[in-house]
Amino acid sequence: MTIMDTIKSAGFYLAVAVIVLVAVFPFYYAILTSFETGTALFEVNYVPSSLDWSNYATILNNGTFPRNVLNSLFVAATTVAFALFLAVTASYALARVRFRGRGLLLMTILAVSMFPQIAVLAGLFELIRFLNIYNTPWAMILSYTIFTLPFTVWVLTTFMRDLPLEIEEAAIVDGATPWVIITKVFLPLLWPALVTTGLLAFIGAWNEFLFALTFTSSETTRTVPVAIALLSGATQHETPWGTIMAASVLVTVPLIALVLIFQRKIVAGLTAGGVKG
Amino acid sequence: MANIELRNVRKSFGAFDVIKGIDLDIRKGEFMVFVGPSGCGKSTLLRLIAGLETITSGDLIFDGERMNNLVPSKRGIAMVFQSYALYPHMNVFDNMAFGLKLANSTPTETRKRVEKAADMLQIGHLLDRLPRQLSGGQRQRVAIGRAIVRDPRVFLFDEPLSNLDAALRVATRLEIAKLHHDMRDVTMIYVTHDQVEAMTLADRICVLRDGVVEQVGTPSELYERPNSLFVAGFIGSPKMNFLNGRLAGAHGCHTLGIRSEHIDIVDESAIWRGGVIHAEELGSDNYLFVDIGAQDPIVVRQAGKRQIPYGTKIGLRPVADHLHRFDERGTPIR
Ligand SMILES: Nc1ncnc2c1ncn2[C@@H]1O[C@H](COP(=O)(O)OP(=O)(O)OP(=O)(O)O)[C@@H](O)[C@H]1O
Ligand SMILES: [Mg+2]
Repeated sequence: MTIMDTIKSAGFYLAVAVIVLVAVFPFYYAILTSFETGTALFEVNYVPSSLDWSNYATILNNGTFPRNVLNSLFVAATTVAFALFLAVTASYALARVRFRGRGLLLMTILAVSMFPQIAVLAGLFELIRFLNIYNTPWAMILSYTIFTLPFTVWVLTTFMRDLPLEIEEAAIVDGATPWVIITKVFLPLLWPALVTTGLLAFIGAWNEFLFALTFTSSETTRTVPVAIALLSGATQHETPWGTIMAASVLVTVPLIALVLIFQRKIVAGLTAGGVKG
Repeated sequence: MANIELRNVRKSFGAFDVIKGIDLDIRKGEFMVFVGPSGCGKSTLLRLIAGLETITSGDLIFDGERMNNLVPSKRGIAMVFQSYALYPHMNVFDNMAFGLKLANSTPTETRKRVEKAADMLQIGHLLDRLPRQLSGGQRQRVAIGRAIVRDPRVFLFDEPLSNLDAALRVATRLEIAKLHHDMRDVTMIYVTHDQVEAMTLADRICVLRDGVVEQVGTPSELYERPNSLFVAGFIGSPKMNFLNGRLAGAHGCHTLGIRSEHIDIVDESAIWRGGVIHAEELGSDNYLFVDIGAQDPIVVRQAGKRQIPYGTKIGLRPVADHLHRFDERGTPIR
């Protein structure tokens, strides 16, 4: 009995360990590599052999990289702001206002999210040329917002629908306009959903590559993923793995930090569970 | 403070008529209760008065002023919902102050009014709590407090007690009755399907059926002089006994109604005879179910606590003054 229990829990933790190992190893190896230079790069090792910060120094002193990080931050944050604003207002209408064709509209929104990026690339490019925002952050903000909105709207609409109708009606009787209802009554209740969708939108925008590559042409407007991909070594035939890994680690850390910070918030928001009541 | 008039008010959802032409006057300061079977349109009618639904046709008039196109907050109403509908993320104070803040009331004025309402309902010590830290009864009191703070001319309640347990329901019912006494000039409209709430709280009761008014009157009017078979059966607990066929024919009507307390158990001069098939003892009252050959057993309230064994044949005699006679269409014969 007790032996069986021990075996069972041992098996469980073994499985957990394997999963964690598989999930974390690539990132761990990236960190290892980021501290290596020269030929050490090509020796396979699983424990740190040296602690060499020179890759980090290189990348941070590389003319445009800090600029690229700022670009990424601006693009991702603005995308999140736009997407959440539009999604909250849209989902209020979709969840709470009765109008003709609401179901059809929801399905259309979902359908939009099914197009692969590459399929709309040409059309989007034309649009961006037309709007005269090629090679500016707005090109990426526009395209990322378009691509994250369907998901965000759907999730928020589902959440919004579950909020009790009587709370909204109480607010109407109290004299609240739709805008006040959204901002003062619904937003505080939607926090967990906002954080989740906002975070996913941020990560999506932060990591996006194809649009960022297509819609920028100069080094100073690039976002981080493109900048990393286009990092070149001392010679044409050398791929600067050490620097690439250092850059990757640098841009992943903020994401991890964000997730850890907001994970607390999400859990807090969920356990608060103030809706019933 | 308002005199409410409904003039041929109708409401349809698409092709589905829910309120089918209601004419009703509710007097200033009156406590009006809407009762009726589930789905008859009580809540819908209340929501039309509140402005939460638009009136399809007809007029809603408060103190001579047409309200049809006014938003709820401009009508001078306050509403207490069945599920309390408190704002979960705001503490009790903010819940009660929300409407005042939206109306640009000054902070001192807001505080004064919230505290006054809180004192009235004895929730002053709860002002800092969140709704989820309150019991059901406290939540409903906060919801009532939120309504009081608005200083409305019309108070609307949609089954405010139905989520509370029996003891709390009685206590909160008393609270609402007290409120009505304290706020003499505020008109109150109260939806319920609870007999006792309707009878105890109401100045007048409006019985609705299938989107039309069956009868409006004081509780005793409805109880003693129901205008239809439907009202006779709906008002009163236990339900009025109805006899058909031969038993009714003997009294010259299609349906004969008699309440359980208006039947005497007699040995001689009995009009009906039958065996006791069941008894319900509620402590204060004792109800006998007697099979006198009608469709359903007849319910008799027994004075005193004389034990009558099951199966005993007893004689019954209705009190002549309290017979309700109805024709085939359910209208009373008087
Ligand atoms: N928004 C709506 N759309 C369509 N039909 C509705 C809507 N609201 C109510 N109804 C219908 O109107 C009728 C009356 O509903 P209402 O809620 O007024 O009944 P009620 O008398 O309050 O019943 P209950 O005692 O069960 O609360 C019902 O048949 C209901 O299905
Ligand atoms: Mg109802």
